[in-house]
Amino acid sequence: MQPTTPILEARNICKSFHDPVSIQVLKNISFAIHKGEFVSLTGKSGCGKSTLLYILSTMDTDYEGQLYIDGILMAEKKEAELAQVRNSKIGFVFQFHYLLNEFTVLKNVMLPGLKLQKYADAEVEHRAMEKLTMLGVAHLANKKANLISGGEKQRVAIARALINDPHIIMGDEPTGNLDKKNSDIVFDIFQQLATEFGQTLLIVTHDPNFASKTSRIITMEDGRMI
Amino acid sequence: MNWKLIVAIAQSLLLARWRQTLIAAIGVTFSITMFITLLSFMAGLNDLLDGLIVNRTPHIRMYNEVKPNSQQPINQYAPYQQHYNFIHSIKSGGSRQEIYNSALIMQSLQKDERVVGISPKLTAQVFFNDGSIDITGAINGIDVVVESKLFHFNEYITEGNGNDIGKVPNSIVLGKGLAEKLLANIGDVVQVTSAKGNRFQLKVVGFFQSGIKELDKVQSFASVSTVQKLLGKPSNYITDIQVRLKNIQMAPALAKEYQQLYQTDAEDIQTANAQFETGSSIRTLISYTVGITLLIVAGFGIYNILNMMIYEKMDSIAILKATGFAGKDVKRIFLLIALSIGFVGGMLGLLIGWLLSYSIAHIPFNTPSLPTVKTYPINYNPAFYVIGAIFSLVTTYFAGWLPARKASKIDPVIIIRGK
Repeated sequence: MQPTTPILEARNICKSFHDPVSIQVLKNISFAIHKGEFVSLTGKSGCGKSTLLYILSTMDTDYEGQLYIDGILMAEKKEAELAQVRNSKIGFVFQFHYLLNEFTVLKNVMLPGLKLQKYADAEVEHRAMEKLTMLGVAHLANKKANLISGGEKQRVAIARALINDPHIIMGDEPTGNLDKKNSDIVFDIFQQLATEFGQTLLIVTHDPNFASKTSRIITMEDGRMI
Repeated sequence: MNWKLIVAIAQSLLLARWRQTLIAAIGVTFSITMFITLLSFMAGLNDLLDGLIVNRTPHIRMYNEVKPNSQQPINQYAPYQQHYNFIHSIKSGGSRQEIYNSALIMQSLQKDERVVGISPKLTAQVFFNDGSIDITGAINGIDVVVESKLFHFNEYITEGNGNDIGKVPNSIVLGKGLAEKLLANIGDVVQVTSAKGNRFQLKVVGFFQSGIKELDKVQSFASVSTVQKLLGKPSNYITDIQVRLKNIQMAPALAKEYQQLYQTDAEDIQTANAQFETGSSIRTLISYTVGITLLIVAGFGIYNILNMMIYEKMDSIAILKATGFAGKDVKRIFLLIALSIGFVGGMLGLLIGWLLSYSIAHIPFNTPSLPTVKTYPINYNPAFYVIGAIFSLVTTYFAGWLPARKASKIDPVIIIRGK
């Protein structure tokens, strides 16, 4: 028996697209991720790994099967409750950075923290600065988000993902859009988070080099885990 | 709910696209400005036109109408009461124009709390003798002090002093048109012949201009006692009692009451001048329609701009949702954007609307028929401003509602994967 409840558990997850013809893209996916694991989800383009990630992230609700986060079934939750789950338990890093250009770097990092309202505004700001310092981008704090480089953006996005101390960080090809140097920096950050802080990570990647360095690799093909 | 955060995000989105925001706000400002100006001007004009009649017309006029008696003797004779009686050639005989017991009626009316004041009046039909020509006209006997207070008589005196008819014996204020016909100047003496053939010499002390030309060609004013003398009647002879009420809307009801109580005929202003009421309400309706149309057009402008903003901000909305903002938070952000455009635009519109109507009120407007009006009429009714403010918020709310709903329904997965 497992000593603790898994942070994230998928049971028999199936998903089909119905437009233009019905195609089953995910077939009975079941697995669990425990605290401190650094998992990479890999496979060829179109094998359904991103689709699975968005189901696991609670943003996509159109699937069959059960998803448990922290032992809680997600299927019965309403849209606002799922948003709350994403806010407090999941951190996201996307391929295309997705910072809000209207805000400064610091404010971008603070937004999910302000939304959570677990800490006072000043405390959220302090924590955001801590994360930025940890990721080596503190000097950019007061710049507008659209004025910094791609590699810097991705590090800011990681800082934003960390602001609420999430149970799990999910990444969708977080290094897919970066050059070798920046890819390495980002990977090192993930590695450091996993080893030093026991952070759980689930990263979708099609880069075998990246995947090989993680502690656990889940490979997918044609909507199945192999 | 963390409103502070929602406000901060809405503010950032607004300011990031401040040119678009400005254009949307200008749309609202323009329509509210026009709404306020149009209504103020239209209402001012209504007041002016109504004032022509309403200010000078008693709310209730009590008089005895010359008409056949409705209770003919044959109908009261017992044997024929069950019959249907045909009577030919009934004459309006026996009835007097004088109001019975006028002094007592006036005393009792003056004690009535609903009444602002009363003014007695009697009219004599006369001929003004101008050489060999006789001009028909009417002399109204009035109590000039009360008449001025209740019906703004003095405002329509263009030359001379209206109060003189109360002080100078045998004096008269002539209608402007009538004076021109008679070639009479102030200080001249005009000769009049009463219907019974008596001749009088009256001294001209002023000219009267009502703004209604036909009226000015036949009307003239003298004191009550002068006209009583002219008619050869005693000093209690009064044909009309004019009543001004505190609330004009009560006129029809009170007219009925007085008719019962004092056994005279009583006519209320609404019945006597129904066409003015209609004109005013139609004009008001038109200006409200135009004003609200302007606002709705501005609302479509806001709708378009918000829609565009949402397409531009798809990524931001997706990322807000991915990081834990619920659909309703996103909806609130966009509604707040719409409402702030409406609020700022609306407030500016109220201010500019006020300034515009204020400047219109200072444009000279001289017309011979309205001697007392020197500038364009404007009515600064606070109700217009309240309606304008409410409407600017309501239209922008509805204009923002659909785009906000759309934004709240955006599926972040599609946006994030679609790149």
